[in-house]
Amino acid sequence: MARIELQDVRKSYAGQEVIHGVTIDIANGEFVVIVGPSGCGKSTLLRMVAGLEEISAGTIRIGDRVVNTLEPRERNIAMVFQNYALYPHMSVRDNMAYGLKIAGLSKADIDAAVARAASMLELEPFLDRKPRALSGGQRQRVAMGRALVREPAAFLLDEPLSNLDAKLRVQMRLQIKDLHLRTGQTTLYVTHDQVEAMTLADRLVVMDRGIAQQIATPHEVYTTPANEFVAGFIGSPAMNIFDVRSEGGILVLPGGHRVTVADPPPDGDLRLGLRPEDVETVSDGADAFPVVIHSVEWLGADAYGYCVIDNSDTQLTVRMPGNAPAARGDRLKISLSRSRLHFFSKEDGRRLKAQRAS
Amino acid sequence: MAEPGQSPMAARGLARTMAHFWMILGVIIVAFPIYYVFIASTHSVQTILRPPLPLLPGPEAAENYSDAFSGGIGRIGGVSLWRLLGNTTLIALGIALGKIAISMASAYAIVFFRFPFRMACFWLIFITLMLPVEVRIQPTYKVMVDLGLIDTYAGLILPLIASATATLLFRQFFMTIPDELLEAARVDGAGPWRFFKDILWPLSLTNVAAIFVIQFIYGWTQYLWPLLVTNSNEMNTIVIALKKMISFADADTPWNLVMVTSVLAILPPILVVVLMQRWFVKGLVETEK
Repeated sequence: MARIELQDVRKSYAGQEVIHGVTIDIANGEFVVIVGPSGCGKSTLLRMVAGLEEISAGTIRIGDRVVNTLEPRERNIAMVFQNYALYPHMSVRDNMAYGLKIAGLSKADIDAAVARAASMLELEPFLDRKPRALSGGQRQRVAMGRALVREPAAFLLDEPLSNLDAKLRVQMRLQIKDLHLRTGQTTLYVTHDQVEAMTLADRLVVMDRGIAQQIATPHEVYTTPANEFVAGFIGSPAMNIFDVRSEGGILVLPGGHRVTVADPPPDGDLRLGLRPEDVETVSDGADAFPVVIHSVEWLGADAYGYCVIDNSDTQLTVRMPGNAPAARGDRLKISLSRSRLHFFSKEDGRRLKAQRAS
Repeated sequence: MAEPGQSPMAARGLARTMAHFWMILGVIIVAFPIYYVFIASTHSVQTILRPPLPLLPGPEAAENYSDAFSGGIGRIGGVSLWRLLGNTTLIALGIALGKIAISMASAYAIVFFRFPFRMACFWLIFITLMLPVEVRIQPTYKVMVDLGLIDTYAGLILPLIASATATLLFRQFFMTIPDELLEAARVDGAGPWRFFKDILWPLSLTNVAAIFVIQFIYGWTQYLWPLLVTNSNEMNTIVIALKKMISFADADTPWNLVMVTSVLAILPPILVVVLMQRWFVKGLVETEK
């Protein structure tokens, strides 16, 4: 167990910088999830921590050692790969034991470590099987086991669940959470799945285009996204974000609707963010604006209404209770003062302020 | 059978019969000369030389084979059949194993290591494919003479070991190994040598088996190079000896012994194919993902 420190870590390929200086301080035993769309550099960042990619600038510390130029094996880390990367010709037992064997542990120590990991992951019945005789979920567990037996300083996982079906993914997610609670390992986990990110993380790193856009707890990322990208990326369905104009306590919405807000943002052109689940509908009022529903998705507990703001083509998603959904063609009035609002700068997308009236 | 409803089935049956007919015909055409070699090895010279050619095994089989092994070949070529078979086995094994060793090593370097002029090295190996052995045979011969390797096993084996084909095959195979496997091994602490020994070699076994079979046969049937680089009969391979045995006037050629030698020249490669094939299939089943 150890802490991991990234200090202004950069990566360039052929002069093209792809990671633009990431600084993260991961505490001992913390579970940090790096989340972002594909191509945002999240896997590259993890691989740099693992030592599988060289870093172009900056410092990486694991424990109290600077590991910038160390080989993966010298960094005392364990890694779980997206496709598991099990050695196909070795039994489950040998797959898990391989690293320990190289490290020169005695046969008895290796057997004990493998047995411990196998019992934690319920892999005992499969120890003598080859990977090809296992299901996807079992292979995933073997990959986890291979990392566990090492008792490394840090646990690195690169999209470990993305090759599993939805049901198994939920199950394994819980198991990973449980393992982390039991072992207290410092863990760095990469995913593009925001549900995994939100449920597993002590802290989230939201990455986009090689920049850590926000590093905070899942709750903070959700409630006070640092910028428009984070706001749009975290939350499902995505936050509604559209252009508005602020004029002395009045917001001018697409379609020319003028509504009053209690705690107005500074005057000028802005971006307004409104989560579908935060939208409050009212019968009428000076703070409300009309939308027209053009389709409804009913999911059981909830229903999502896909609307357009009246007299414009700006789309808006609204969550409605599943027992009383509106129908296609219905008109709703949405209250701004009773909905939670996020304001972002129109120039650079940075968060201006959040407010919640009533 | 004759009912209209069954006619598609019948047609399919007919098509299958025809397919089998053509395939069997093909096998007969290909196999007949080999069969005839075997038949001729069981007759006396007189029977072979007097038309028509017999199509069934003759009574002299035991006599021909025991004569061949007990000195008959030696009287003609000046070297015993045992020695010929030994020479050829040694050379074929040397070439096959040498090729596997050198081509695996070079493919490993090209695929898994980053070094200056890596692609240049690859292309250098690759373009040697464009030149047949015959084109570079004179300089190769000169080198062998300068190194004093004429009439030695090293001289017979070494020049035939370098193999662009096998290097390319191993390169293609190594490139199918997922990067994550290498990375997992690196995280597990395996250096280049351990990765090769523990991961790459076991996964390559089926390829090694295939290349061994191909190259063993290639080595066994070498003709031009052994002819050039050996002077003494002691160093002959069985193929060269065969050639020497029939370079007399037709009537003087001991055709029965030539045919015995031919059979014995064919047998070991067949044995290698048959034995390796079983192992080969086993290997395929075991490592298939």
